[in-house]
Amino acid sequence: MIYSYFPGCTLKAKAQDLDTYGRKAAEALGVTLEEIPEWQCCGAVYQQATDEIATKLSSVRALNAAKEKGQPLVTICSACHHVIKRVNEDMKENEDMILRANNYLKFDEPYHGETEVIHYLEMLRDKIGFDKIKEAVVNPLKGKKIAAYYGCLLLRPSKVMQFDDPENPTIIEDFIKAIGAEPVVYPFRNECCGGYQTITDKDQSDRFANKVIDSAKMKGAEMIITACPLCLYNLKQNTRDIPVVYFTELLAEALGVKEQEG
Amino acid sequence: MQRIGVFVCWCGSNIAATVDVDRVVEAVKTDPNVVHAENYQYMCSEAGQKLIRDAITEHQLTGIVVCSCSPRMHEQTFRKTAEAAGLNQYMVEIANIREQCSWIHKDKDEGTEKAIILARAAIAKVCLNAPLQPGQSKVVKRALIIGGGIAGIQSAIDIADAGYKVDIVERTPTIGGKMAQLDKTFPTLDCASCIVTPKMVECAQHPNITIYAYSEVEEVKGFVGNFNVKIRKKARYVDETKCTGCAVCTEKCPSRKGRNEFNCGLDTRGAVYIPFAQAIPNVATIDATNCLHFKTGKCGICAKNCSANAIDFEQKDEIFEEQYGAIVVATGYQISDVTKFDEYQYTKHPDVVTSLELERLMNAAGPSKGVLVKPSDGKHPHDIVFIQCVGSRDISGRGKCYCSKICCMYTAKHAMLIREKYPDVNVHVFYIDVRTPGKNFDEFYRRAVEQYNVDYIKGMVGKVYENEKGGLTVQAVDLISNERVMLDTDMVVLAAAIEPSDGVKHIASMLTASIDTNNFLTEAHPKLRPVESPTAGVFLSGVCQGPKDIPETVSQAGAAAVKVVGLLAKDYLVTNPCTAHTDETMCNGCSSCERVCPYGAISYIDKEVMDKGVREVRRIAQVNGALCQGCGACTVACPSGAMDLKGFSNKQIMAEVDAICK
Repeated sequence: MIYSYFPGCTLKAKAQDLDTYGRKAAEALGVTLEEIPEWQCCGAVYQQATDEIATKLSSVRALNAAKEKGQPLVTICSACHHVIKRVNEDMKENEDMILRANNYLKFDEPYHGETEVIHYLEMLRDKIGFDKIKEAVVNPLKGKKIAAYYGCLLLRPSKVMQFDDPENPTIIEDFIKAIGAEPVVYPFRNECCGGYQTITDKDQSDRFANKVIDSAKMKGAEMIITACPLCLYNLKQNTRDIPVVYFTELLAEALGVKEQEG
Repeated sequence: MQRIGVFVCWCGSNIAATVDVDRVVEAVKTDPNVVHAENYQYMCSEAGQKLIRDAITEHQLTGIVVCSCSPRMHEQTFRKTAEAAGLNQYMVEIANIREQCSWIHKDKDEGTEKAIILARAAIAKVCLNAPLQPGQSKVVKRALIIGGGIAGIQSAIDIADAGYKVDIVERTPTIGGKMAQLDKTFPTLDCASCIVTPKMVECAQHPNITIYAYSEVEEVKGFVGNFNVKIRKKARYVDETKCTGCAVCTEKCPSRKGRNEFNCGLDTRGAVYIPFAQAIPNVATIDATNCLHFKTGKCGICAKNCSANAIDFEQKDEIFEEQYGAIVVATGYQISDVTKFDEYQYTKHPDVVTSLELERLMNAAGPSKGVLVKPSDGKHPHDIVFIQCVGSRDISGRGKCYCSKICCMYTAKHAMLIREKYPDVNVHVFYIDVRTPGKNFDEFYRRAVEQYNVDYIKGMVGKVYENEKGGLTVQAVDLISNERVMLDTDMVVLAAAIEPSDGVKHIASMLTASIDTNNFLTEAHPKLRPVESPTAGVFLSGVCQGPKDIPETVSQAGAAAVKVVGLLAKDYLVTNPCTAHTDETMCNGCSSCERVCPYGAISYIDKEVMDKGVREVRRIAQVNGALCQGCGACTVACPSGAMDLKGFSNKQIMAEVDAICK
């Protein structure tokens, strides 16, 4: 299996673990992730203004690069996934956006949302299959009580993201089971971590993050995992006694490739 | 050459606004078979019908085409008109230029063109029509009611009182349905049991009613006036004729793990059980999946303790056949699956219950003897939150798009009953809208707010979770103050959407009765024929047709009964002469038609046939004209073109297509 891969800037800086372990694990699972050459920032935030187009063009460029290779586009960072997936939906349906983006980018062939955008977790679930992952696990994380933290970017808006049930998601819990650990279901797993409020109103984002952490701890979690660099940052800012890590790190550990030279 | 008359209706402006009726008249006049054409404002009115009658006589018409609304609306009207003028009623064709033309087009030129084409197709067809004579079929004077809830019970009593025999088939061990599970009924707050159990008794004692409880409809054949139904009487492992309902067996049974369906699973029952004290028939039933005798071959305590000797472990399902003239579907509803809305913790916390479960918790005959307690610890709750529209009016795709209609009222009822009985309990209700149309309904709701101080909060609940204190916290939004609400509470009650019972799809397909996307049975006409299914002889009673409360259900049950009585009062029904028939020289006996016939109207015989001067015995399809409903499935299935339908022959259909393509 060969996929185009969009790491995004955070994975090259603050969230290198998310990227490194993700690549190692993919390799162990027989998946080749081909990084898109000369990719640019996804835009970071999906702009709600309907006439905003400039910040979306770099996503279209990445999508078209994957299309030219005839490969699905895999993302890991929640924010990148959110932006690229939504821009891709726009390129399928929004006539105005299709026209303007193609006029500007002048590809050999106009882009119409042909690329399939999948998050790394979706790749594990839908392309590889959690039962296959279970078989590939050499170091099952037996008895470890792990809380999945979804945040909001992967789940919403659910009609566009088509990721999982936004109120009662199961994909990360199923992932936790596949690597041999015990998922802890707690009510705040799909609530906001505080997001970018951490820059302007840290008190508020701390309140949000603490709710998530307390809720997970109350249900007996020993560890929290996430796919989002911002979630990880906000949660880590507010906790000392419970580790918060990227899901790819645990996957690499379970597959026995965590300590290999990268 | 035929002499055809064409009558173009304006339908006021319904047709005339989008179709140039004068141009249609001029266009059809060019057809060599058309000797007369005219238009009129309302062709279905008496004046319009007179135009048609006069034209038939004056121009000696051999056939007519009426360009008007759907044949479902007025085909019968115009057939009667033709008959009155001495023209065979099957020499009438309708060109539907309203629903299929004027209503869906905006451009008048395009609409007119299409109307002309549709008229030409109908003219081409009517030229090939032949006069047909309808036959007669006998009406069996017995009705079948599927479902023994309040809808089925009421329909049964009304039909039986009119003097006809009625059988009720109910799949659970007792009749009574959901109403028997309720505590009080809105808006009068009278006790549900006190009003439904006497009706159940009336059914049991009525000389014209037979109850087949713990039975299911297995197969339906035949047609209006003459249905042939197979009924499976499931094995109760108790002889109904001997059991006295003393309930000793139910007390002695050592297996106590059966889910008590009547109490919504809030407690358990023995493997041999009577659902509730007033069950009809009042006999025990053994549930074989929980019975130790069936599991291990031992036990048999019930049999040892039965003084009537009624336990019969050897009993088998019994299938019998019965004829009916009419069938009433009264299959009711069930509570929709709330596990899809697990942000409310229904599967995770015992103190989150559905409204029907609350009915049982409040009921004197329920698991807590009518004392309101938290299921988790049996303690008194001090605060209760109701969440309305759980799965109703849903836009997330997880629930139902419709309003379940009864929840606003029963939630107001619950809130009021709790405040009345336990004034110390705070009650909050989260709602999208409060919908209380109905006699004395809004007054009822206002009483809950004004007199009983129930805290109504406009807004939906995002999630419910267990808090540090072991209680529940409700996270919601108050849309009026536009503030986030965090409420600590002891119990959460979900007003879950109602949906048609799970067996209804199977029943509908057996009856060839249509259902909508939500599995509610479709009525023949939403306004004018609300209790009839489009399938002749099948009638609708209660929630199987759409959400409704008890007063509405009872009214509809009575209406369905009147329709049944109207049918059963006839000795004979006129049969549709548009039936299939076989061209013996072309039939190769392949059985394709027999396989697709939904009415079992086709059989095969060996018959001597003269074909191209050769006499030989062949296997040939034969159509029973009394059973055939003229659906035409066989005519398209027949590979050799031997099957044809009177009034809709292959030749006629091709002539229509040719006329359209010309």
